[in-house]
Amino acid sequence: MNLCEGFANLCEITKRMLAKRIIPCLDIKNGRTVKGVNFVDLRDAGDPVELAEIYSAEGADELVFLDISATEERRKTLVNMVRSVAEKINIPFTVGGGISSVEDVEILLNNGADKVSINSSAVKNPQLINDLAQKFGSQCVVVAIDAKQIDGQWIVHLVGGKVPTELNLFDWAVEVAERGAGEILFTSMDNDGTKNGFANEALAKLSTLINIPIIASGGAGNIQHFVDSFKEGKADAALAASVFHFKEIEIKALKQELRKNDIEVRL
Amino acid sequence: MKIVIINYGAGNIQSIMFAIERLGFKAVLSNNPEEIQAADKVIFPGVGEASYAMKKLKASGLDTLIPNLKQPVFGICLGMQLMCNKTEEGNTEGLGIFDVDVIKFSNKVKVPQMGWNQIYDLKTDLFKGVSEKEFMYLVHSFYAPKCAEAIAVTNYEVEYASALQKDNFYGTQFHPEKSGDVGEKILGNFLKM
Repeated sequence: MNLCEGFANLCEITKRMLAKRIIPCLDIKNGRTVKGVNFVDLRDAGDPVELAEIYSAEGADELVFLDISATEERRKTLVNMVRSVAEKINIPFTVGGGISSVEDVEILLNNGADKVSINSSAVKNPQLINDLAQKFGSQCVVVAIDAKQIDGQWIVHLVGGKVPTELNLFDWAVEVAERGAGEILFTSMDNDGTKNGFANEALAKLSTLINIPIIASGGAGNIQHFVDSFKEGKADAALAASVFHFKEIEIKALKQELRKNDIEVRL
Repeated sequence: MKIVIINYGAGNIQSIMFAIERLGFKAVLSNNPEEIQAADKVIFPGVGEASYAMKKLKASGLDTLIPNLKQPVFGICLGMQLMCNKTEEGNTEGLGIFDVDVIKFSNKVKVPQMGWNQIYDLKTDLFKGVSEKEFMYLVHSFYAPKCAEAIAVTNYEVEYASALQKDNFYGTQFHPEKSGDVGEKILGNFLKM
């Protein structure tokens, strides 16, 4: 179906709109990029700064760095990495992993990060979302939510999906939006690492409940999965790691295919 | 050439510093009135909340200094919004350089607008060598409506001014320092003025 046919002029106008974003995610441990299947069995996929430059050149719209070792290790290497990335690349990037205070955020933003992503610390101390939004603005506060289905309910999990909480995905998403989050990064633990596609039903439901951008994460295996995340899941951005790191999907080809499917992208 | 980035404790200044370095220049951070006045180019950044940022400007007397600058001045994002008459964000009086009031997007669209959108109807040398409909990176909940001083337009729910110019003052709602090579070109165009 092509609504533009016969309405070239109208189409010209409606096509001027916000592009859907493609976001490679770089999981960082000890200053190196890693990506595991279902968050275990980590594999080494390279130097983060070098990868950031490559992705930026290939047309990534944004990058996310998640320091998965942050809760156990010192943060100095992360700050140094943020600085090196900001020095080299000219697209926005988000940093997450073990961020638990206003001071943590301040040092990352001051060193060139555009946004920070908080996860466990937001669950433990929801007021942190309000504090960050107030001090730095909603635009730099991403709340990451990892959830999986238990008895048909989407339950929020912590520590890389190992620890279940009492929180329901949808209730929690509404709350974080009300508290001032500027964006939600939703990872389906059921889909993550499976390469069977994103959790589009849950994504679409989130989109009806909250009015801030949603990043789809977990499950990307082929180009069609990205198309579906935007068309069925109504996501504003789609994030993936291994399909990009191991060159199974090339970003430029992906974006060309999205455009063929009438999805606005920056090419 | 002396480039000063006005330092009033607002936002991600490091990225602008790095972008200027990539263009082969050096910038200094300053809130010293004499140093700002002596600069060849002044960059007025801003990320965060308007009333808080305006309070910071007033505390250091920069609110009266900036509108009287004679060299090229470039406001980015919140910097541009603060150069307008006023903004709905925190009901804040602006610097009154651009004759337009900043208002909030309605809830018919996702707020903030976050990501890459096109700029078109480009005017002035700020966009020299830049094609119509290039994508720029934007993150904002408030916007300046289309007006006489608009030098670029973007469409998000409504067509609005994504860049403004009056005399020696320029402002962009988008982040040139985060908008890829084309963004860097726009920043470079400003530095060449």
